[in-house]
Amino acid sequence: MVTLEHYLVLSALLFSLGIVGVMFRRNLIVILMSLELMLNAVNLSFVAFSRYLGSIEGQIFVLFVMVVAAAEVAVGLAIAVAVFRQRGTININDISLLKW
Amino acid sequence: METILFYVLAAVTLLSAVCVVFLRRPLHNVLFMILTMIGLATLFILLHAEFLAMVQIIVYAGAVMVLFLFVIMLLNLEEISLPKEPRPLRWGFGVILALALVVVLFPIFSHFAPSITGKSIPGAVGNVSNIELIGTELFTTYLLPFEVASILLLAAIIGTVIIGRKLKG
Repeated sequence: MVTLEHYLVLSALLFSLGIVGVMFRRNLIVILMSLELMLNAVNLSFVAFSRYLGSIEGQIFVLFVMVVAAAEVAVGLAIAVAVFRQRGTININDISLLKW
Repeated sequence: METILFYVLAAVTLLSAVCVVFLRRPLHNVLFMILTMIGLATLFILLHAEFLAMVQIIVYAGAVMVLFLFVIMLLNLEEISLPKEPRPLRWGFGVILALALVVVLFPIFSHFAPSITGKSIPGAVGNVSNIELIGTELFTTYLLPFEVASILLLAAIIGTVIIGRKLKG
């Protein structure tokens, strides 16, 4: 018997993995990928809640999350390409102009 | 049967997510990310969200990950030196922080989960298909957000083209 908690625990673990990737990798592309991982973890808990509460709203919200994620990835990768052209690197420690 | 399937899929998804975060070469990360997406799509099928599973495979495994692969090939990361990864001490610190987050998340879940988990899973709503239900809701109740989403995508397209354009001179 798979309960809601199973899905929530899996979602929490995926989200934490995404956070590790965002905080402790230095490759811009891998950081964007970890962001995707976090968004997907949230999507999983949305769908699980939608199933166990018997309402469709969760799945519709997942669709909007996917739209935002696609837009974010496209713009983020364009920025990565532009930064690479300008500085010749995508190591985030070398791109620290806006860092305090 | 469903339980075994869930555990196998969850293991595959989690293992490939670990590979996404911890492998060093971006190309391997992308390939394992595709595996993670497919694992999540099968979990969606297990949750009777067939439409979202298909969208997940088409949009994420199909479009987004190909975009990542394309950029990695474009930047030709094999020739330039890969960024040095943090020292083990920093990795340990990161893993401990993430585990702390998990520990914080669990009480929140267990606080409101029992009121739902006790019940049996509700069956499919009527004899309407999943796609029909989503379509009806999307084009009646959520029509405005739907249109706003299309404007957001248009803005993203224009922004991407302008940012990615080669500067003259």
